[in-house]
This record gives sequence, structure tokens and C-alpha cells, in this order.
Amino acid sequence: MDLFLQQFFNGLTLGSVYTLVAIGLTLVFGILHIPNFAHGALYLIGGYVTLMVMKGTGAHYFVAIFASIIVVALLGILMERLVFNPLRNSPPIHDKIAAIGLVLFFEALVQLVWGTEYLRMFSPFDNNISVAGVLMTSQRILVIVVAFVVVVLLTLFLKKTMMGASIIAMAQNREGAFLVGINANAVAMMTFAISGALAAIAASLAAPINLVFPSMGHLVILKAFVVVIIGGMGSIPGAIVAGLILGMTESMGATYISNDYKDMIAFLLLVVIMTIRPKGLFAKGVH
Amino acid sequence: MGKIFNQRNIIILLILFALVFPLIYADNRYVLHVMTIGFIFTISVYGMNILAGYTGQLSLAHAGFFAIGAYSVGILTTQGGLNFWLALLLAVLITCATGFVLGLIALRTKTHFFAIYTLIVGYLIYLLIDKWDGLTGGIRGLIGIPIPDPIGPITFESATSMYYLVLFFLLLAIFVAVRIVHSLTGRTYIAIRNSEDLAQTLGINTTMNKLVSFVISVAFAGLAGGLYAALTRFIGPDVASTHMVFNFLMYLIVGGIGTLSGPLVGTMLFIWFEQFLKSYQEYHMLIFGPILVFMVIFFPSGITGGFYKLKMKFQSAKNQKNVRHIKSIPVKSTKE
Repeated sequence: MDLFLQQFFNGLTLGSVYTLVAIGLTLVFGILHIPNFAHGALYLIGGYVTLMVMKGTGAHYFVAIFASIIVVALLGILMERLVFNPLRNSPPIHDKIAAIGLVLFFEALVQLVWGTEYLRMFSPFDNNISVAGVLMTSQRILVIVVAFVVVVLLTLFLKKTMMGASIIAMAQNREGAFLVGINANAVAMMTFAISGALAAIAASLAAPINLVFPSMGHLVILKAFVVVIIGGMGSIPGAIVAGLILGMTESMGATYISNDYKDMIAFLLLVVIMTIRPKGLFAKGVH
Repeated sequence: MGKIFNQRNIIILLILFALVFPLIYADNRYVLHVMTIGFIFTISVYGMNILAGYTGQLSLAHAGFFAIGAYSVGILTTQGGLNFWLALLLAVLITCATGFVLGLIALRTKTHFFAIYTLIVGYLIYLLIDKWDGLTGGIRGLIGIPIPDPIGPITFESATSMYYLVLFFLLLAIFVAVRIVHSLTGRTYIAIRNSEDLAQTLGINTTMNKLVSFVISVAFAGLAGGLYAALTRFIGPDVASTHMVFNFLMYLIVGGIGTLSGPLVGTMLFIWFEQFLKSYQEYHMLIFGPILVFMVIFFPSGITGGFYKLKMKFQSAKNQKNVRHIKSIPVKSTKE
């Protein structure tokens, strides 16, 4: 039972990180209909910026995360302006290829600037707490708490503010949103900024547990795609549920099936789901 | 001048050049090796072009199928002790069979879902090769794949003979690709690419056609993979990695997606470009990544597509000068 609770807790941590990354992906998809393969690059840079700010200036972990959020959000805006905006009228295959070009570029850039070693990020939350036989590091608790707070804030932003409402409006009906005078450019930039900020938060939270290295975005982005597809492209509640499901499955699978094949579990899950329901589990209606 | 440099003469010249090439570099194994690798990748990229360029389905599992071809040859020759030619034939058949099953499932998904689904299937193939120690040698890879068995008096021990062998398959692959594209089947694929709904309305069985196109595309990858195994004689799980498929995609885009000469131009250009930048291997992508983005934004049809557009512009300008007094009628080119 203890083992089960322990894995449940670990799954929750893992799921929180996947959820944050996947929400960013799903937001961009909902609005611009781009599967942003370059999202992994934003995650990667988010992790590195936090680490380098902490190392370079000796700033506190939270300050570094804040700096990283700003840098990656700006990078997201830049990406939208320079790459995806000029491509908005091209066939969908082009966006995907451009995104792949961006991934390749950023991975090489990170290797050039910061080297290929695996780096350790020290977080102020490295003490252990034991509750009812479950051993938790406070970093893992922090991941869950921050993810929860961020998701709540984001939901409030989308539901209660004008800017958020215009993002939702554009996701629901593009032409309709234009007709009532919503500025498509502003919404697109905003979406990329939020998506980048979420990636930076996720990377900074996961880095003290998982290390920082040039290919850290790779697996995470693939799994975020799994989450987004299971949850339905463009659906935030779907991303939250699916993120937690995936985190749990992986954590339980690693314990009860095989640790070697734990990465495969996520992908097999997706292959099975897509085989049965080609448009994802929670996809609604025709697109 | 236009008469001498027409299409047929250029093709004959290129083939002649490819045939004479080993005589010029007879003692330079390195140059021949790079050329041969380039040819192998070109075969694979032609496969990708049929599916992504003509049928409009971007499959990111292409490197996975390349690896299935390579590992089939590797395992059948080293562990099964099979003759290379039989192994190569079986490798293509195995790749086609896998492609058929996967295509049956994957092609039910559309556009973005298809790209993501195949990306993840490609990654699964990579993980499978990486973890299945007993069969694939895991991360250590497969070592000691034999060179192709001699056919009668012809042996394949030298770099030159391997070059000619691969060249033969390359010409065959290009020939098949040209025949497909110019046939009714090819037209059908283009119709599906331009609008799947419209194609369906015209009475085209889109599912069937997409599946066949997928299997053909995968067969090219399997053949290329098999040849790759015989040439390098060592293969590791890296051949299935996402970087491999991104490379194929880059060759295709820069060369010209949906054109017949694009794969050849793009692949050979990049293979040599990579050799010149060899000492900066890790940082290749600092240049290639932005090139890819730049090409997609400004020259979506690649080098060859851009060239044709320029040529057509030049021709229409010339025509307009000749018939200035005739009211110009806008002519839309439908030729791909």
C-alpha cells in the first residue's frame, strides 16, 4: 500500500509537469491550429535560463524562474511574429516543418552556448517530508502546488478578463472573433507568450528532479503531444485530465510492469487510443 | 541554346557524370563513400516525396521504416546467415508489410493527427530497437553485416562496386517515382493532396490510394535502409531516431517537395554541405534550422520549385513581348 501511495504521489508530480506543458501546446493549437513541435525548445530554454540566472547572479530560485518566464514568453512572441505569422496562409504541412527547423536550431544553440553536459539545478526545497509512510521531497510538493495555482490562475484569466475571453473566442470561432473586432495578431502573440511562460515554469519546476541537458525537451514534448491528443486538441480541461492520467500510468507502469519500458507505455497508450478513436478521446464534433 | 539544354539532354549528362564519377575519384574512397551514402538517402527521400509531396501526408515515421529495412538486412544476414540479395528482398517485403499494417491504422487520422501519430510511432520503433537487446543488439548495434554476395563474376568488395550497385538502385528508384507521378495513379495522389474531400466526390477511393502510396513510400525507405546496412556494415538505433527523419525532411524541403528532381538536388547538396562543415558537426543545425524555416516561408517549393517558377516567369515575359498586341489571357499552370 505504501508503495502504491508513493507511486501515486510521484505520478501526481509527473502529471503536473505534463499538464503544464500540454496546456501551452493545446492553447496554441486551439487558436492557431499549429501543432507546435517547437514547444519542446521553449521548455528546454526555460530550464537553461533558470539555471543560468541562478548560477550567474546567485538569484533566488523563484526570481530565476520569473526571469525565465519573461525570456521564454518573449521568445514565444518572437517565434509567432517571425515564423508562424508569415506562414498563416500556407498549407498546414509548412507550419510543422518550420517548427521542426526551430527545434533543430534551438537544440544546437543550447549546445553551443551551454555545452552538452548534464547539469544539476539546486533548489532551496530539497528537504524530505514523510507523511503516512510516503516520502516526499518538498520540491515535488512544490511542483504540484505551483501547477495547481498556475492552472487556476490561467482559468481565471481566460474566464474573467477581456484578453482571456478573446483568446477563447478565437479558439471557438475564428471568423466570428474577427467580425466582433478582435485583434488576431494581439491574441496570437498573447497565446504564444502564455504558452512559453507555461513551458518555462514546467521546465524550471522539473529541472531540480530531472537535471538540465540539451535533449531534455525531446521526451517531454512527445509526451505532451500524447496528452494533448488524448485530451482533445484545444481542450484545457482535457489536457489536465489526460496529463494526470499519463503521469499516473507512467509511474504505476514503471513500478508494476517494467522500468525499462516506462517511456514506451505512454506512447503505446497513445497508439492504442488513436487506433480506436482517430481524433482523440475527448474530441468533440467535427473540426 | 534552349535546344541543347533540354530536359532529356540534362538527364543523359547527369547519368553519364554519375557513371564516370568513380573513374575520376578512383583512388579516393572517402569521396565515393559520401556519394554512395548520398544516393542511399536520396532513395529514401524519394519515398518520402511520394507520400508527403504528392499525396500530401507528412509521415514522420519514415526513419523508423528506414531502420526496419536496415535491421532486417542486418539481422537476416548476421543471425539468419541469409544471402544478401534474399535478405534485401525480404527486408523490402517486411517493411512493406509493416507499412501496410501501420498505414491501415495511421491513415484513419488526418493532417496534424497523422503527423503526430507517425512521429510517435517512429519514436516507438526507435525505443523498440534500443531496448530489444536480444534481437537488435540494443544500444551497441549490429556489427559485422557482410558485404553483398557476388553475382556471378561481379563482386562488391571495392568502394567503386558498391557505388555502382547503389547507383543502379537509385536510377531504378527515380525511374519508378517518375512513372508513378506521371501515371493516373500519380494524378490521383495529387488530387488527394489538393483536396481530399473533392477527390472523394470525384469517386476516388482515398483510403485505398493513400494506403498504397504509404506502402510505396515505405518500400523506398526499406530498400534504402537495406543498402545502408550493407554499405556501412554497422547499424545502431540512431538510424531510427527523430533526427534522421528531420534530416530527410530537410533534404526534401530544401530540394523541393512535390517535385521530381527535388529529392536528388536537396540530398546531394546537404550531404556535401555537411562534409564541408564536418568539424562543426554539433552546430550544423545552427545554420540548417534557420535555412529550413527560411525556405518554408519564402521558397515553399524548394530550390527546384523556385527554379521552375523563375523559368516560367521568364518564359511568360518573353511570350508577352511577342504577342504584345494580343489581349493577354491569364493562363494558370496546372502542371506540377
